[in-house]
Amino acid sequence: MLTINDLHVHYGAIHALKGISLDIKPGEIVSLIGSNGAGKTTLLRTISGLLKASQGTIVYRPDGAQLELTRRLPHQIVASGVAQVPEGRLIFHNLTVQENLELGAFQRRDRGRMAHDREFIFTLFPRLKERLKQSGGTLSGGEQQMLAIGRALMASPKLLLLDEPSLGIAPTLVQQIFACLKQINARGTTILLVEQDAFLALETAHRGYVMETGQIVLEGTAKDLLHNPQVKQAYLGQ
Amino acid sequence: MRKGIAFALTVLGLWVINWILTNWLSEFAYHLQILVLIGINAILAVSLNLINGVTGQFSLGHAGFMAIGAYVAAAATYYGDPFLAARFGEAIPLNMLETGAFLVALLLGGLAAAVAGLLVGLPSLRLRGDYLAIATLGFGEIIRVIILNCESVGGARGFPGIAERANFFWVYGALAITTWVLRNLVRSPKGLAFPAIREDEIAAASIGISTTRYKVIAFVVGAFFAGVGGGLFAHFMTYLHTNTFSFIKSIEYVAMVVLGGMGSFTGAILAAALLTMLPEVLRAASEYRMIIYSLLLIVMMLVRRQGLLGNREFSWRWFLRARRPT
Repeated sequence: MLTINDLHVHYGAIHALKGISLDIKPGEIVSLIGSNGAGKTTLLRTISGLLKASQGTIVYRPDGAQLELTRRLPHQIVASGVAQVPEGRLIFHNLTVQENLELGAFQRRDRGRMAHDREFIFTLFPRLKERLKQSGGTLSGGEQQMLAIGRALMASPKLLLLDEPSLGIAPTLVQQIFACLKQINARGTTILLVEQDAFLALETAHRGYVMETGQIVLEGTAKDLLHNPQVKQAYLGQ
Repeated sequence: MRKGIAFALTVLGLWVINWILTNWLSEFAYHLQILVLIGINAILAVSLNLINGVTGQFSLGHAGFMAIGAYVAAAATYYGDPFLAARFGEAIPLNMLETGAFLVALLLGGLAAAVAGLLVGLPSLRLRGDYLAIATLGFGEIIRVIILNCESVGGARGFPGIAERANFFWVYGALAITTWVLRNLVRSPKGLAFPAIREDEIAAASIGISTTRYKVIAFVVGAFFAGVGGGLFAHFMTYLHTNTFSFIKSIEYVAMVVLGGMGSFTGAILAAALLTMLPEVLRAASEYRMIIYSLLLIVMMLVRRQGLLGNREFSWRWFLRARRPT
């Protein structure tokens, strides 16, 4: 579904990604773990077109088509079926929950299927339905995260990119949100999950990649990584 | 149908008020002048509200767009009138010809300002916040200096002898159209893109809004109506000088948008009325006038930072509910 080959990204003189290669198959949940500053967010933002790659390719293959994402603009990438839940949620604070969701479907015209997606979002997160008229800024951290995920789902993505969905959220809500990710995946959406909480991420995913200072240092099935001594020591505190 | 009736009633209402003002209340010329200036300032404030308030692009160049509209429209009637009179003077009555020329001139002024809005909008897309403010401020001053050196519109001597054609009817009609168009633009299905860009540009881009496109639309549309406002100003004052359009003027409009409540069109109109009247009311305080004016702005920002109306719009229903004791 997504193949990244030898991707390099620079912030001015800083070499943030130093030749990343990874592969995501249709229907998978893939986790990307690593400590602060490893380049996880940079990678996601490069996939969604918010950052420019200096070298390398990102090939995206939705249903038989083949697109090179590094040359596309963010709105074209969203239109091709890649939606992002950005780090820190970035919901629109002064707009209502309803407007936030509507904006998620900004490029869509298929009203019938949009209503269907909305219903699915409300079954995942019933609280959003209760707060439709409330402004986004009045929601709790966990609810804002739900809204951010709901907003991304309104774009009807084939590939969903999530950046640290557990950040600053009450543990019970985190469990709930990660359970929802499995439901979203079961509905046919491929997921790339960036997460600092390595245990949670690997519990949820099929496969995982470990990033350190702009490079991939380990990859494997989620189960293997959970039992890998290096991962245990560095990220699971065991 | 209902829209048609509303439009007809607005035109009729404005025409009747205008008739009363010019025929029965002509001894209040000073008050009438302020009333018309309020309307012109409101057009400018409402159009800036689209750029600053709704889309969140801090522009300090609004006086520049106004200047372009004012000078282009003034030049259009100044040089166009004799030509039209010579060409069609026999076939069409003079006052119809003059009104037509005036409306075309306003449109030309608006279009010229819109082109300038496009030119400013494009390079400004890479700039945010303070940097954009400084770039637009620079743009406004460049416009002013270019006009200052343009001998055909009077240069440093100013541009006298512009036909007096703007009155209450045209100014408030233009204000109604401006507000209607801008409000519908923001309320249209894709109109949520404007506040989304204000709220968070990265989030807006990440959900598939072409931030470039909507920022340029905001600048072009906002500049167009600023240009129309400038054209009305020119044909009301009958004399233009570039000093009028310095960045102080731009800051006045920013103050109106902030005071009215960022994003509220009716708030911008209310604030334009207040800030236009205030210096006149304070004339009694003579030399302390501008001090009081500035102090009031400071106090206002301290006690009501969200502006007069916040991000709401004025509506009768809301107004009546607010009055009713609970």
